[in-house]
Amino acid sequence: MAKAMLVDLSKCIGCRACQVACKEWNQNAGEKTENTGTYENPPDLSPQTWTKIKFVEQNSGDNVKWLFRRMMCQHCTDAACEKVCPPKAISHLETTAVVIDQEKCTGCKYCISACPFNVPRYDAADNKAKKCTLCIDRISNGLIPACAKVCAPGAVQFGERSDMVKLAKARMDALKTKGVNDLRLYGESELGGLGVMVLMTAAAEDYGFPDKPSFPVSVNLWQDYLKPLTIVAGGGGILAVLVSFIGSIGYKHKQEGGE
Amino acid sequence: MGPTFGRGAMTQSWIDIKNSDVIMVCGSNPAENHPVSFKWVTKAMENGAKLIVVDPRFTRTASKADIFAHLRPGTDIAFFGGIINYIITNKMYHEDYIKSYSNASYLINPGYSFKDGLFSGYNDKDRKYVTDSWSYQTNDAGATIKDATLQDPACVFQLMKQHYSRYTPEIVAKTCGIPQAKFQEIAKTFAATGAKDKAGTLLYAMGLTQHTVGVQNIRAFSIIQILLGNMGIAGGGINALRGESNVQGSTDFGLLAGSLPGYNNLPDAAKHPTLAKYKESEVTKTGFTQNRAKWLISMLKAWWGDNASADNDFAYHYLPKNGAGFQKSGYTWIALFEAMYAKQIKGLLCWGQNPAVSGPNSNLETAALEKLEWMMVADLWKTETAEFWKRPGVKPENIKTEVFLLPAALSYEKQGSITNSGRLIQWRYKATDAPDKAKDDLWMVDTLYKEIKALYQGDPNAKFPAPILNLNWDYGQEPDSKMVAKEINGYTVADKKQLASFAKLADDGSTGCGNWIYSGYFVGDGPADNKAAARDTKADPGGLGLYPGWGYSWPLNRKIIYNRCSCDTAGNPWNPQKVLVQWDGAKWITNDVADFGAKDAATGNPITPDKTASAPYIMLAEGQARIFVPKGAIKDGPFPEQYEPVESVIKNPLSAQQINPAAKIWGADKDKLTAFGSKICPIIAITYRVTEHWQTGSMTRNLPWLTELMPEMFVEISPVLAERKQIAHGDWVTVASARGTVSARAIVTERLQGFKLCTGEPEVAGMPFHYGYTGLVTGGPDEDKNYSVNQLSPHVAEPNTGMPEYKTFLVDVRKAVT
Repeated sequence: MAKAMLVDLSKCIGCRACQVACKEWNQNAGEKTENTGTYENPPDLSPQTWTKIKFVEQNSGDNVKWLFRRMMCQHCTDAACEKVCPPKAISHLETTAVVIDQEKCTGCKYCISACPFNVPRYDAADNKAKKCTLCIDRISNGLIPACAKVCAPGAVQFGERSDMVKLAKARMDALKTKGVNDLRLYGESELGGLGVMVLMTAAAEDYGFPDKPSFPVSVNLWQDYLKPLTIVAGGGGILAVLVSFIGSIGYKHKQEGGE
Repeated sequence: MGPTFGRGAMTQSWIDIKNSDVIMVCGSNPAENHPVSFKWVTKAMENGAKLIVVDPRFTRTASKADIFAHLRPGTDIAFFGGIINYIITNKMYHEDYIKSYSNASYLINPGYSFKDGLFSGYNDKDRKYVTDSWSYQTNDAGATIKDATLQDPACVFQLMKQHYSRYTPEIVAKTCGIPQAKFQEIAKTFAATGAKDKAGTLLYAMGLTQHTVGVQNIRAFSIIQILLGNMGIAGGGINALRGESNVQGSTDFGLLAGSLPGYNNLPDAAKHPTLAKYKESEVTKTGFTQNRAKWLISMLKAWWGDNASADNDFAYHYLPKNGAGFQKSGYTWIALFEAMYAKQIKGLLCWGQNPAVSGPNSNLETAALEKLEWMMVADLWKTETAEFWKRPGVKPENIKTEVFLLPAALSYEKQGSITNSGRLIQWRYKATDAPDKAKDDLWMVDTLYKEIKALYQGDPNAKFPAPILNLNWDYGQEPDSKMVAKEINGYTVADKKQLASFAKLADDGSTGCGNWIYSGYFVGDGPADNKAAARDTKADPGGLGLYPGWGYSWPLNRKIIYNRCSCDTAGNPWNPQKVLVQWDGAKWITNDVADFGAKDAATGNPITPDKTASAPYIMLAEGQARIFVPKGAIKDGPFPEQYEPVESVIKNPLSAQQINPAAKIWGADKDKLTAFGSKICPIIAITYRVTEHWQTGSMTRNLPWLTELMPEMFVEISPVLAERKQIAHGDWVTVASARGTVSARAIVTERLQGFKLCTGEPEVAGMPFHYGYTGLVTGGPDEDKNYSVNQLSPHVAEPNTGMPEYKTFLVDVRKAVT
């Protein structure tokens, strides 16, 4: 059975235990940061920061809303990064996790350009792309991901995908009766179903998620037509095609308003 | 809470929060500072509970609230008083409860009065009350006169009604800045828990206590909880969220300046010169405290063993006495630092504390450290206190204090118990050795004692050596925390057998017991005898989350204290769905350990409910919760009354008394205050913690995974103030008070707003207290700067506890000159 993570933003209190637990389990270094006028830090995902909480303030008159969003790999079923990876370093495993095999990664950055959620980060130190692994080393051994383990209010849950959907639907029903609108289970079907589903209490864009996540047309182009060529052909002849292709992914990405 | 209910402790457990119908968060920020507690707040909300958050700031807790209100700092009593008035006016109180379980019906001495902010008996020369008139009327036989109908104008209920009739929604709005409609919504929502089968709870922390009216803040909410019948029931109570892992333990063991272990009062030099005098005033004729002599004498036996006997009053004269101290101010925090600053104290043992960052008016307090001959600091890191002699702005060569830094073991590097929220004692095992030469605290105390004893023994001129030389002190060559635990639990002196509970303690010297309230937690050497180490996660009688098999909650593993009050006088639960205890007609069903006589100790026969119906608050002589606190058990008034903070922007809207008439104000040269009406510091400052750091940051500012989250000192201000001061997001600004300045990054946010009051709309500046000048990060880029907010806070104190007023004072905020 497929597994999934549910991030229930209606329960998230922005305590960032998930951020710390992620670094602790994966032994990723703390970064030197500055306060730029917000609680949010580090400023962005990085090779050392695979998840972070984005703090969003919304104000209308006397009503203040403070939204907390989990930024992390969404572990798409239709994973653009997997499709574009020339050395096939990225695989969508049975456990739901989409992982980058660090041995095979050549640092080409295609995955970075292709990701609809702008998640993987290039690490110049070892010329590899880095991102959340869904704690593959934990979940393959029967444990839940570190972030789910430490989440005090229970906003991060991990289990059978069908159970997570049920949990989310029940929560949404309860919230509806309390008068909460703008409810959405993001990732139930998007991109073939996200391995990390998000229960939202505001519009996706308010959190900084694309309303309708999709991946660039050029990814399909690459997957279906160009990638096979790299296997049979090599050398300079194809280089020009590649350069043009990379450019098109980058263009498409900006157009879709990724972060 | 001690003077109101009998015990100064969180009444419930963390898990019990899930049983609430309405949760009021006031003076705390559980989502940020007690995130694990929020698991249970979330559970309660899933069950349909409402969350009310009242705070000067919109916090991460507020982001989850059903109702949020901005409240001007220091106006909690006006707010709570308004709720009391609302409950009484709308008759939403739990009438049966207050008639049976509170002193609402007691008649008060006609000499008692309250006029324009002052209670009867005030002496303005020493800023103290003579409290004789705050007393119950008694008949010739000495019994208290009561009016069961609550109609007599002299009864507590009527006096309370009259007192709080002044706390109208208009006054609340003008004083607190909460719009009337919002206030009514909150009052209505919380007052609804006055229904018999509903429970409301309060989660509070330092936001209520760190004021010159700190004790009365808690008192005011206590009155609300009594009126609504929310005490002693599942999902009710008053939850003091403990901010430090062992802070309940520390107060249990006498770290409060005025108490001995187990909350026996520290003897007072004038009032209790002898054991006989102590017994006369401290041992009551009724209530459970009639046993107090047993607790004190057993403690003296534990401390001085064979050297404590009936012949020498069990060495009572060895005990330190209150009432002396610098300027007769006792031994509270500010008093000690004022004494140091006046060169009245020579040495300081500073243990797991960082006063250079945590103490108020830290420019005075660090200057006070310069006047010491020596100071010992035991800590994990070189803290600001350990390095106060090279703090920004001073020359180390001018400072003569000799500093000894002892590297200490972390909690995982030693074994022993901790006690925190819910009075839960939990045993912790050692996981790993401490690095290098770091030692655990028990080893340090033991070694220190042995050295001091040797010095006394060799000194013919030693002053009063007996209390040191005669101590009963043997915890082994390498001290063993289990031996300490056994002493705390108590034993028979003759055959050194561990006691089963404090019921076995005696006042004739036949038992020794380090802390009577812990008696029963460590009853022998067997594997199951250390009850603090119990870890049963299954048994949950009643399904309320009591889990009696996990750790041990003092006293006697009661999870919810005063639980007799969860039933009516006949023993029927107010809420049959959430039963703590219940009389089934023949015996008590006890899902929780009964906090009353349920069974006769000698015969084992059930005690019928009528026997306990009149005295469910067993630790009070009256046996009934005190809406009115008589006879100066609280020094600044039998009812809570709203006063302004010592530094305030407006005139007290309630009375001519601007500040708490009994507040303690200090007068050293560095004790400057901003006078009322001054235009120099017109902004209200508040201080707090964030999730990402802990206390003075000495631990968390040295951990890169945490420093990256909250790297720098900041001040939160509203866009209105930012515009007025030309301050942009992320700018470095200077915040100044009459006592000092601090640099901080500006966070401009609508989560903070000015307060719409009777006069003006004062702005607020919010700052964390985690930063300083040592460690991996200090709070900013400048090595020559001290980023500690307590350079700004004043030396003014609450009259009962000596608690400093950290939570509201006045500042100005200016854009930093670059």
